[in-house]
Amino acid sequence: MSKCIKFLTRNFGQYDTSSIGSYMNVGGFQALRKAVSMDPEKICDLIASVKVRGRGGAEYPLGRKWSQARSVVGERKVVVCNADEGETTTFKDRELIKNDPFNLIEALIIAGYVVGATDGYIYMRAEYACYRPLLLNAIRQARNYGFLGENILGKGFNFDLHLYSGGGAYVCGEGTALIRSIEGKAGRPRMKPPFIKVSGLFARPTCLNNVESLSIVPHLLMDDEQIYANSGVGESIGTKMISVAGNVNNPGVFEIPFGTTVRDIIYNLAGGIQHDREIQLIQFGGASGKIADASILDTPYTYDDLRAAGVMVGSGALLVIDQRTSVIDFLRMNQEFFSDESCGQCTPCREGNLHIKIILDKIAEHKATAEDIRIMATIAKVMSMSSLCGLGETAQNTLQSAMLTFPEVFEVGGAE
Amino acid sequence: MLTAQTKVYPLPDELQAKIDLVLESHDNDPTQIVGILLEVQELNERHYVPEPVAYYLADRLSMPVTNVFDCLNFYSELSSKPRAKYPIQVCSSPACRVNVIDTKRLLETLENLLDIKIGETTYDGRFTLETTTCYGACDRAPSVRINGHIYDHLDSQEKIVALLRSLT
Ligand SMILES: Cc1cc2nc3c(=O)[nH]c(=O)nc-3n(C[C@H](O)[C@H](O)[C@H](O)COP(=O)(O)O)c2cc1C
Ligand code: SF4
Ligand code: FES
Repeated sequence: MSKCIKFLTRNFGQYDTSSIGSYMNVGGFQALRKAVSMDPEKICDLIASVKVRGRGGAEYPLGRKWSQARSVVGERKVVVCNADEGETTTFKDRELIKNDPFNLIEALIIAGYVVGATDGYIYMRAEYACYRPLLLNAIRQARNYGFLGENILGKGFNFDLHLYSGGGAYVCGEGTALIRSIEGKAGRPRMKPPFIKVSGLFARPTCLNNVESLSIVPHLLMDDEQIYANSGVGESIGTKMISVAGNVNNPGVFEIPFGTTVRDIIYNLAGGIQHDREIQLIQFGGASGKIADASILDTPYTYDDLRAAGVMVGSGALLVIDQRTSVIDFLRMNQEFFSDESCGQCTPCREGNLHIKIILDKIAEHKATAEDIRIMATIAKVMSMSSLCGLGETAQNTLQSAMLTFPEVFEVGGAE
Repeated sequence: MLTAQTKVYPLPDELQAKIDLVLESHDNDPTQIVGILLEVQELNERHYVPEPVAYYLADRLSMPVTNVFDCLNFYSELSSKPRAKYPIQVCSSPACRVNVIDTKRLLETLENLLDIKIGETTYDGRFTLETTTCYGACDRAPSVRINGHIYDHLDSQEKIVALLRSLT
């Protein structure tokens, strides 16, 4: 039997999320006190030693990111928390914000201290507006207690936090789009370079992190028992927040040690498939993720094992689909997401999403030819190579992995 | 002779006062325009930002009005045109939709009770049925989102009827 672990989730339900005093009673802000007495580079080393990778999707090592952000030369650096959580089937950041808002605030202050920033920004999707009062209150209380503002904890460190709302655009989870949105503009991505770590928000050096990536840090600093370091397997140390949905009996968010098998996740934590149906496919990491069939069930959930099986951890989402939904119908639903969310600014993504949708519809209607399939594969490839931003680059991950996993679905009768 | 003039805007005083409160709660900060628009459009029963309000905001925040309209057009949660009193958003992303039976029941029941199809508005302007992409409640399917509020586990005809009855 597999079990959840309580590391990142240890404060869930343990304190009154509207009261800083309550948070401090469960050890809140001890990590910050410890952090400001440490050499920031040592904090980066600590994070790097347990190999924390970014939880937003790109899996970039967090210790390295902070260390680089520290060494960037520039005035008034900023740290930004990406709480846009627009990826489909992904809702783990929601739980972290809702159940432990003060830990996120504390984490951002620590991030600010480490990289040498003067301001922190939380960019939260409009769909989570109901948590806005919670965060605003947490920020206000932290300010009143002197954890934000000038000369924090008497260390001469000045830092303040600002909360921004998204407007319902998935693309605003992409770094340059997110930054434009906080600047008060429409969130259309821009060309890189300049990279945001050098010139990001208000042209200041910017360190962008996912909610979960940040949330790990205060716990890590206080982890004297080495719970994190002793969880997981191989290169995938620690725990991961995953969100499971689709045709399972018990959809939800679970914190697992890396190495739990996919079978354990689906059949024990998520309660198995409704009506004991058979699994058609599992999509890992949301709409821009890849898919596998049931042969992946005994694979341990780690960065390396999943990659070897052709999928990725990504955002930590698992969408489990039973055999009532065909592969093509699923791909059409997934494609609709990108057709809706493409900002339309660059040709490969705007046109590519449109034409792939047309061909998928043709396959569903049994009207596609072998030529159509070839064109579709080419478009997918061109999109991933030449789109302006990550949305267009990753939009066809699911399709491409489906073509590998279920080649029979794309064998069409039609001649040239 | 030059005197300080108070500019008069073509907005009801009461509305202007409410907008000013929203602006103040965002520190009159032009970079907060998206959050401001989200709250300002909720001051209207039809959940949109009328043109005079857009001009007023641009003026107060010292930003080009084109920037306000660019935001209104770009962000799907914002609208420059009147919407229904209760826009009913049904999720069209896979995690919700693969709950095949629930999704079908939800859509059919809503369409029958309101006598409209997806994309349409009831004759009295009170309800629209629209699809939207994932809003982060995938574990609460079948659900709908109405004015930012999620109504979850709508897994029976009775629950759907009760929901519609509660919206007055
Ligand atoms: C289209 C698109 C959408 C994204 N959406 C999100 C998101 O909602 N949340 C997130 O944390 N990262 C998202 N990302 C990834 C971020 O751009 C960025 O890599 C991440 O926030 C960095 O944080 P991390 O290193 O802590 O993961 C998205 C990327 C793209 C290209
Ligand atoms: S890849 Fe797509 S979302 Fe990104 S800039 Fe181009 S059109 Fe916009
Ligand atoms: S897929 Fe419907 S809310 Fe996420």
